Amino acid sequence: MHLRDSDSDATFRNEVRNWLRASVHEVPPEPDPNDWPARRARDSQWQRMLFDAGYAGINWPAEHGGRGATPTEHLIFLQESAAAKAPDVGVGFVGQMHAGPTIIAEGTDDQKAKHLRGILTGEHSWCQGFSEPGAGSDLASLRTRAVRDGDDYVINGQKIWTSHAMVADYCEMLVRTDPEAPKHKGITWLIVPMDAPGIEVRPLVTAQGSAEFAELFLDEVRVPVHNRVGEENDGWRVANVTLSFERGTGFVGELLDTTNVHAELVRLAHELPHRRGTAWDDDGIRRELAEIAADLDALWAFTKRNVSQGAKGTMAMGSGSAFKVAYASTIHRMGDLALRILDRASLTMDSFDGRPTGDQVLSKLHAFGISLGGGTTQIQQNIIAERVLGLPRER
Amino acid sequence: MDLDPDDDQRALIDMVAAFAADRFDSERARRFAELFDRDAWAELAGLGTFGIALPESVGGVGLATIDEVLVHEALGTALVPGPLVAAALAAGLIDGVLDGTVVPAVLDAPAHGPVVVEHLRDADVLLVVHDDGIDRVDPATLDAVVLARPTDPLTPVSRLAAVPVGERVADAATATRWRQRGSLLASAQLCGNSAGSTALAVRYAAEREQFGRPVGSFQGLKHLLADCWIRTEVARSAVWAAGVTVDEPEVGDVARAIAGARLTAARAATENGKTGIQVHGGMGFTWEVDAHLFLKRAWVLETSFGSIDDAADIVASTLVG
Repeated sequence: MHLRDSDSDATFRNEVRNWLRASVHEVPPEPDPNDWPARRARDSQWQRMLFDAGYAGINWPAEHGGRGATPTEHLIFLQESAAAKAPDVGVGFVGQMHAGPTIIAEGTDDQKAKHLRGILTGEHSWCQGFSEPGAGSDLASLRTRAVRDGDDYVINGQKIWTSHAMVADYCEMLVRTDPEAPKHKGITWLIVPMDAPGIEVRPLVTAQGSAEFAELFLDEVRVPVHNRVGEENDGWRVANVTLSFERGTGFVGELLDTTNVHAELVRLAHELPHRRGTAWDDDGIRRELAEIAADLDALWAFTKRNVSQGAKGTMAMGSGSAFKVAYASTIHRMGDLALRILDRASLTMDSFDGRPTGDQVLSKLHAFGISLGGGTTQIQQNIIAERVLGLPRER
Repeated sequence: MDLDPDDDQRALIDMVAAFAADRFDSERARRFAELFDRDAWAELAGLGTFGIALPESVGGVGLATIDEVLVHEALGTALVPGPLVAAALAAGLIDGVLDGTVVPAVLDAPAHGPVVVEHLRDADVLLVVHDDGIDRVDPATLDAVVLARPTDPLTPVSRLAAVPVGERVADAATATRWRQRGSLLASAQLCGNSAGSTALAVRYAAEREQFGRPVGSFQGLKHLLADCWIRTEVARSAVWAAGVTVDEPEVGDVARAIAGARLTAARAATENGKTGIQVHGGMGFTWEVDAHLFLKRAWVLETSFGSIDDAADIVASTLVG
């Protein structure tokens, strides 16, 4: 086993680092999080630069316009991007991580020709219409209805937790096409243009106070049948094909961010007065900072294990779930500690005396996004207990 | 980068696990409480267990630190008794340890508190690790008291009135290496221990029926056991990364990697050990079921080559403000 870069990985790291160094300064500074047009413009500009340099779709197969990089190279790219303070994937997330790979795996030649390039160049942004108010953890119980009418599907229903809906061009949507079939057997995967008549987007403000999500209201929305990816009523399987794309890099960006938040918290602990000195002078606080650092180190090692397995195509069942639960637990623990260190400075999400204390409060709130989003901690525990440990289903 | 065992390493793990299952089943292991089984120990040594990372020129297997870590993880999963870490450390220094004919004990000289030594009862040689070097002591010359009720019945402990003085056999640099390697191998066993207690509890939860169904079908237990598995996977990652960092020191801070691995591995072993007893219900609180043996061994290993507070202090010392 090795942790050092192979010769070819070292060469790749060097090449990426040099390109980032020369390129990052061309991107405008991060706009206000609620200024969606500015966010989209910045993310698209960066994506176009990545495309022109050959880094777009880094983990996509080369025959579909990607770079076809190895999972290890993908990890290196993300590490170097964070170190260079390059923009992250932003509004390109759903297209690059989910819709694009799904179309690669299951789409028709026409769908590939129409959509893949726009995702890679940053021209098109996507959102995801999977969850519904009545279908969260039990996603397969979704009820948004699509009825065939000639060459169209007519959609009625409601979606929720739709990130980037305000600026998306397309939505990857799961709809109910057979209400009589068992719940997993009556779902269809559709490409829905967001400018279709009958779609209403309402921002959904999070506990962090940002409008990161939206609700979609769908009233008689017509979508051509040729926008269907996969067969009718086979959408549950289609939605899950991207699981096989996962090579252990899914949470690298998160882990990089949180590692930075921890380093910032260490700095704050050294500066902020606390009882009889600074927070750092307190044995309990200092050791808790150390324990969290050890957890983050362990999660980095876990990531490298998963990426190593991903490179061999042998990612162990449950390792993604395990990583997510452990990471959620660590970031929650770090947030709890941050509030102790900040003490009364934690009463505002703004910076305090020029120190970035508000980021720590926001990070604590962000932890709920991790323990809830993409399958709650409790759902992941069920998955592990049943599929890894082999314990019987509850009913 | 490749933090995933290759086929040879998997074969090594399987070999140790199969040997331990065959030769150190619970019944035989439990007999170590009364009498150290020198035949079993020699068999274990005969596998090359104590010389995994020693050069072949001195009779070792010539593998890397990470391979030794994998072996100790497997030993921990199987709850193999005896001075395993002491033997791995002493094999390169004391004749006869490698082939199991000489049984060593190691004392990491404490700065304060009682002087308690694991396995001194059965040891032919005691090695005392000081900041400035390692001393060799003949146990026969010591006025040691074997304590009647060791917390882990399979880890006999003796008390000494003071840290004994002996013949200096190694320098300060070796002493530092021993402490780090001792901590790492104990962490590897903690990691394996956490997997072993979990496997025992999962087996029980799948078989034990209450309310007309296996208790393992209830989410209340499922979530506890899933958390156990997760803690093991996280700890294993940290322990493996620490092992590789010893082999490739240019990739990170060795002291931090080892101390961090100790924190995650100790938590995995103690939390999983406690959960294992809880999942067994009343049976978990009996002497007969092995669940308590995992937890008690975890408590021993957790204090081995530094406490978890020491480990936290080492990690903290690497955090820059």
